[in-house]
Amino acid sequence: MHKKAPTTVDTSLDAAWASLPWPVLVVDRSGVIQAVSDTTRPILPGAQPGVPLREAAPTWLSDAHQAVVDGGEAVAASGTVDGREFDAKPSVLPGGGVAWCLVEDSARSLAAAQESLARERERTAFLAEASSVLGASLNIDRCMEATVQMAARYLADAAVLVAPPTGRRLPVVGSVSGGAAEHSSVNANPAEVAGLSEALRGFPPVPSRWIDPATVPDWLIPHNFTGPVGSVVITPLPGHGVPAGALVLLRRTSQAAFDDGEETLAHLFAARAGAALSAARLYAEQAEITKTLMRELLPPRLQCVHGIELAGGYRASEDHEVVGGDFYDVHPGSTPEEETLVVLGDVCGKGLDAAVLTGKIRNTLQALAPLARQHEGVLKLLNNALLSPEKSRFATLVMASVTRRDTKLQLRLTCAGHPPPLIVRNDGRVEEADTSGTLVGALPRFKARSFETSLAPGETCLLYTDGVTEARGGPLGTDMFGEERLKDAMKSCAGMPPEAVVERILMLTSEWVNQRTHDDIAVVAITAPHRTYLSAVDGRTAGRFTA
Amino acid sequence: MSANNTGTDHEALRDRLWEAVIDRDEYAAAAIVMGALDAGVAPEDVLLDVIARVQMKIGSEWAANRITVAQEHAATAINDRVIAGLSYHPKSRLEATRGRVTVACVDGEWHALPARLLAEVLRLRGWQVDFLGAQVPTPHLIAHLHLQRHEAVALSCMIPTRLPTAHAAITACRAAGVPVLAGGAAFGVDGRYAIQLGADAWAPDARAAAERLHEGLPPVRPAADHQPHDDLPHLADQEYTMVTRSAPQLIKATVAELEDRFPAMRSYTEQQRQHTIEDIGHIVDFLGAALYTDDDDLFTGFIAWTAEVLASRGVPASSLDPALDLLATQLKDFPRSRRMLQTAHSVLPAGLRSTPDPAAHA
Repeated sequence: MHKKAPTTVDTSLDAAWASLPWPVLVVDRSGVIQAVSDTTRPILPGAQPGVPLREAAPTWLSDAHQAVVDGGEAVAASGTVDGREFDAKPSVLPGGGVAWCLVEDSARSLAAAQESLARERERTAFLAEASSVLGASLNIDRCMEATVQMAARYLADAAVLVAPPTGRRLPVVGSVSGGAAEHSSVNANPAEVAGLSEALRGFPPVPSRWIDPATVPDWLIPHNFTGPVGSVVITPLPGHGVPAGALVLLRRTSQAAFDDGEETLAHLFAARAGAALSAARLYAEQAEITKTLMRELLPPRLQCVHGIELAGGYRASEDHEVVGGDFYDVHPGSTPEEETLVVLGDVCGKGLDAAVLTGKIRNTLQALAPLARQHEGVLKLLNNALLSPEKSRFATLVMASVTRRDTKLQLRLTCAGHPPPLIVRNDGRVEEADTSGTLVGALPRFKARSFETSLAPGETCLLYTDGVTEARGGPLGTDMFGEERLKDAMKSCAGMPPEAVVERILMLTSEWVNQRTHDDIAVVAITAPHRTYLSAVDGRTAGRFTA
Repeated sequence: MSANNTGTDHEALRDRLWEAVIDRDEYAAAAIVMGALDAGVAPEDVLLDVIARVQMKIGSEWAANRITVAQEHAATAINDRVIAGLSYHPKSRLEATRGRVTVACVDGEWHALPARLLAEVLRLRGWQVDFLGAQVPTPHLIAHLHLQRHEAVALSCMIPTRLPTAHAAITACRAAGVPVLAGGAAFGVDGRYAIQLGADAWAPDARAAAERLHEGLPPVRPAADHQPHDDLPHLADQEYTMVTRSAPQLIKATVAELEDRFPAMRSYTEQQRQHTIEDIGHIVDFLGAALYTDDDDLFTGFIAWTAEVLASRGVPASSLDPALDLLATQLKDFPRSRRMLQTAHSVLPAGLRSTPDPAAHA
């Protein structure tokens, strides 16, 4: 692109200009560059002798040149070249041309660089904060709040998040800059607002859309937003297969555009918010499914049934699970005179697989409960139901049939391969129920021997799984809790209400294992009520009771 | 009894409720509490000025050996049932008008009653309360927090040896974006451990906790440059880790040494021997908690309390002093442990420096 230099130019003078240590351009009256110092090239690479100035330099410089030529006065100018700040100082040459000396204003360039660095840092910090705040919670409400609060603080004067509709209602969360989040649920059609229903659909992706502030309905404006709405943009949140919602940003100014930096920032923020919201939505759906499926597997809440005091306690082996391979259930008699059946057991295995098997056994036993006058018969039927060629589904369990006779409880206990229940008498003696049987689900033949006893008021029968006695730990870390310690513990439980017995046994075992790994633990206490309520109470005096 | 109740009314109610629970008379206990509500005593006052105060007395009477452990548990269970009954009284049924708060005990903490009382008080003040009970494993707590939007978690911890677990729970709740209000004896009379372990607030009792929640806890702001161990720079010396990890060996060696030094111990029954092992286990547990918080008072406080409990049972706490000595010898390379064990000496009452007595754990 080297044009041939016009012959009128003195080449030796050109050489002199070229050797100047400062960026200098010599431009003739017609605006064509006559000479350039070498130091100009890094700043204006296109500036060559013979090239018109307006082609090689920014407009502010060519305009300034024209002004000097027209006005005849050497008026300096300043402006940026590739983001650097320059002052251009003219000297009018004898021939009418102008020598422009470019002086970089490094202080101003530095300030500008620092300003943009600070802005970038702020954006990075904002995105980092957005990531950690949004990543922290799997809760949809909290994610929505965090999204609008951060958006209102950094991207606009107020932000509103519209979640995908549930039924006919739109969940809406809004916040003004620095304010608290406002939740509302509005009965509105998203199609009323231009671009909103497209953004809510989540797919196909649509770009941010500036809409006319006059068309924004009141429900899209946070209550404590003051002043007129100047401009509004609707940004869809990308939801990765799940619609995540739309973010509406409101500004007081009427500037209906983002600059490049803002655009990128809003885009990155929307991506993070959308990912967090869709994760929270998936988690909520999964949690709902788990809750429904788990409801049948959770141990039931026990209370007083037909004058029989009952309490149960459960601790799954894994801290993050609420069910495991131990179970208990109570099937109250249809009348107070009929037997109430209490069952506690332990299936092979741990965790969810085991819990599913406990569900099957509990259902089977519920169906068989009316036959429980014959424990052995029920257990035989259960044994047959569980038998499989792989012998993979076996369980140990204990059945207790209980009836109230006056102040006492009549108790019939049968163990199937299970640790025998312990009975604590009022004098502190601890007896082991003399019952035994084979475990269920392992062998084709089933045999068991039952044991009958009665509980006087205040006495307790404890059903427990081997998670209690086989808990390893203690001060030395390796001892088993064992039957002797359990019997000792039961001695100190004489006369306690069943909740207290259960609490004490769980407390002692959990202290014993002291955060080490342990098996599932289940206990049920059956207690004859201490006293019988006789007279009405007037609310001021203690009632009269009999022991 | 009038609606503008006075302290004496509360005192009379306390006396009657105390009689009832110590007599294991649940129906009488329920009748007293329901009667007080009918007579116009505010449900919150019944919870805090009657039931909670009776519960405190149960604890102190047990420590003073005036009631048995069975009475203690039975009385606590009755109080618990009475609280459940109270929440169905028409006076204490009301519409929830405020946000959601979860009340839970730290894992390993089975003293649920103080947390239960707080849960009821917050319900009475209009909060939606989820009470998760005693011994809540941290993963359960966090999974629960993700399910609904929470204003705060009220975390209860009574036993100081659970403070490291409490720290993990506080950190996890805050990481899930939910601020934590800590309460319970374990956090110290001035709440010093609550602040140390990063809780957003601390309250000395249920009323203060309710007021603190009413003021609102500041939202949790993630601080990218802050790590949980920044709160506890002293953990860098690894003493806590080493002592807790080698606790079984420490205990075993200490018991063996004690038997060597005091021939009388060799004639202990198996049960007495077990009790000695458990006592030393507790000493090491509390030493661990004191190392975790770097607070000598936590350890010396426990030693003084133990000496008191033993004394009230007529048991000379004679193995305490030599046990401290033996632990100090084994932990000679651990400066903070040694400092704490030495300080603990000074709080033991004089006259404990005798040989262990076989009757000590009868």
